[in-house]
Amino acid sequence: MTQIELRGIEKFFGAVQVIHNLNLAIADNEFIVLLGQSGCGKTTTLRAVAGLETIDKGDILIDGKPVQHLKAADRDIAMVFQSFSLYPHMTVFENVAFPLRATRMSSGEVDKSVREVARVLRITDLLDKRPSALSGGDMQRVAIGRALVRRPKAMLMDEPIGALDAKLREEMRAEIKRLHVKQGSTTIYVTHDQIEAMSLADRIVIMHEGFIQQVGTPDEVYSHPANLFVAQFVGSPVMNIAEARVADRPGAASVTVGGAPAGFEFPHRLLSKLNGHSNGGLTLGIRPEGVLVRHDAASGYMPVEASIIEPLGSFDIVDLKVGSTMLRARTKAGYVSGPGEKVHVRIDPEQAHFFDTASGKSLGVRL
Amino acid sequence: MAAVRTSSEVAFNRAAIAAVLVATLIFLAPIYWIASTAFKPKELAVSVPPTVLFEPEVTPFVRLFTKRVQMQKPVDPQVYEAAPWWEKRIYDGGERVLKVGKDVQLSQYPDRFTNSLIVAVISTVLAVGMGTFTAYGFSRFKIAGEADLLFFILSTRMLPPVVVAIPMFLMYRMVGLNDSHIGLIILYVAFNLSFSVWLMKGFMDEIPKEYEEAALVDGYTRMQAFFKIVLPEAATGIAATAVFCFITAWNEYAFALIMTNRRAQTAPPFIPSQIGSGLPDWTTIAAGTFLFLLPVAIFTFLLRNHLLRGVTFGAIRK
Repeated sequence: MTQIELRGIEKFFGAVQVIHNLNLAIADNEFIVLLGQSGCGKTTTLRAVAGLETIDKGDILIDGKPVQHLKAADRDIAMVFQSFSLYPHMTVFENVAFPLRATRMSSGEVDKSVREVARVLRITDLLDKRPSALSGGDMQRVAIGRALVRRPKAMLMDEPIGALDAKLREEMRAEIKRLHVKQGSTTIYVTHDQIEAMSLADRIVIMHEGFIQQVGTPDEVYSHPANLFVAQFVGSPVMNIAEARVADRPGAASVTVGGAPAGFEFPHRLLSKLNGHSNGGLTLGIRPEGVLVRHDAASGYMPVEASIIEPLGSFDIVDLKVGSTMLRARTKAGYVSGPGEKVHVRIDPEQAHFFDTASGKSLGVRL
Repeated sequence: MAAVRTSSEVAFNRAAIAAVLVATLIFLAPIYWIASTAFKPKELAVSVPPTVLFEPEVTPFVRLFTKRVQMQKPVDPQVYEAAPWWEKRIYDGGERVLKVGKDVQLSQYPDRFTNSLIVAVISTVLAVGMGTFTAYGFSRFKIAGEADLLFFILSTRMLPPVVVAIPMFLMYRMVGLNDSHIGLIILYVAFNLSFSVWLMKGFMDEIPKEYEEAALVDGYTRMQAFFKIVLPEAATGIAATAVFCFITAWNEYAFALIMTNRRAQTAPPFIPSQIGSGLPDWTTIAAGTFLFLLPVAIFTFLLRNHLLRGVTFGAIRK
């Protein structure tokens, strides 16, 4: 029904360029999440699509028609704000009905539409209340209701659950997912929370300093990060990054990090895959679950000393000193008993990522 | 804070309450004096020590609203008997009410009071209305030289009004605005506008811009969003600003004294002019002052809920 396309968008705030040549095609019914730190341009992009922000260059197309010169009101798009933006002087019913009052819809139809949306969002018994009497979660349900009631071409959400507490956030996340599956509408969702992005998105758009870093499904950005920024931004605990040197050993490749006396053993085919990138300017990326730890020595394992242990309930994060660098490993809870304990560590070659240090770009080498 | 109050805290609290009571009594004393004098018999008005207990009467108000003259000889008893109750009160004071044919001649007070109402209400509506729009513009849009413009608006308040009174009077006379309602309204609007803009800007800044943005996305024009969302949200600020502007315009004395004398004269310069010749009639003046206090008191009372800030805020998460 609704496709949105952004073509060559550029945006300046004064002399500062906040969006650089942004291109993105969003398919009908797709749930797109713009993910990035604050100031990366994600909210500006969203507001440009909504029509609340002008763009300096490029085209915004909705269903193939350029809309960048249209007013927000004429774009037939709904938006949910982080602050909810419920009008305190109106009841919940009037808040939800507000977008319909701008149309010529009869009051009977308005009433029907509002009650239908209220039923879907389970806020029927709140309709007569004022927003100030609602809990944070209910406020957000009402705000979503106000966006849904008009059956807009697309939904824009700007950190809609960012202001809620952790438990409620999880609840509302599931609710938004449920709604999207049920109602199905093209959605652009802005957040800085990668868990939200991973759990909700059909595709994630990772932005940094006004540039798109990577566009891909949650699995793609997690398993095949395009560069060091994405690699470290997506995934928790954060991926280990270390300068690495690769040496040719008989029948194997040896990857040394942090100037350690010995290297980690990798299959020999790594050398041909790296194809000359093996010395200097190479960065190894490995998620903590790819750092394997055991108590007793085994072939391919390197003896190291545990430094800091962070118990996180279902698992521990253990900092291991390898040469001059630290590798964080994910272990079973209580597996390493305390700092100073000697353990043996290995890097799972299949989970290793390799990046060009200078450009930060992924070399696309997976074993 | 400690859950249990210590004896020194209790003592401090009591002292504070006592201080507030004393201050309140001091502030209320003149109002009590005016209100009680307005209902006093003439001869008790200046008695020393002041009379506290007396039989209240409305004769001062009758005198306030009528034109009267001293009678040279006592009134004819038949005429006295035929007169309505309020006219008898005037005869009792040795005066008679002036009439044209059968119609009682009113004093100038109702006219002056009406002038005050016209000038204060219209100038308040204009000052608050224009101030609200201006403040919205300053609050929401990027305006070149915004800080300078705001300072310029404020700077109109930096001269004491009396300094410009004479040149203003000369200019007004030249263009024929002196002694006219419009002239006085223009002056009061100009005087109140800076205050109104600055106060309303504070309130506008507090209304999250997401409110209008939500409305803009939902299919409303900015104008519609302003009237449907911003104005209701700004009601508290508008009420507070209106009360202040109304009080300023209502109480204004210096310009009214200089710029007006007959047609458009407001109550503040009129009331003291009645002290005039001979023995001042304090009870009538007090009655005039007492009535003059009422509109401001009523206006403020009606808007009291809006004056309690923060009633409508809090439905947005920051």
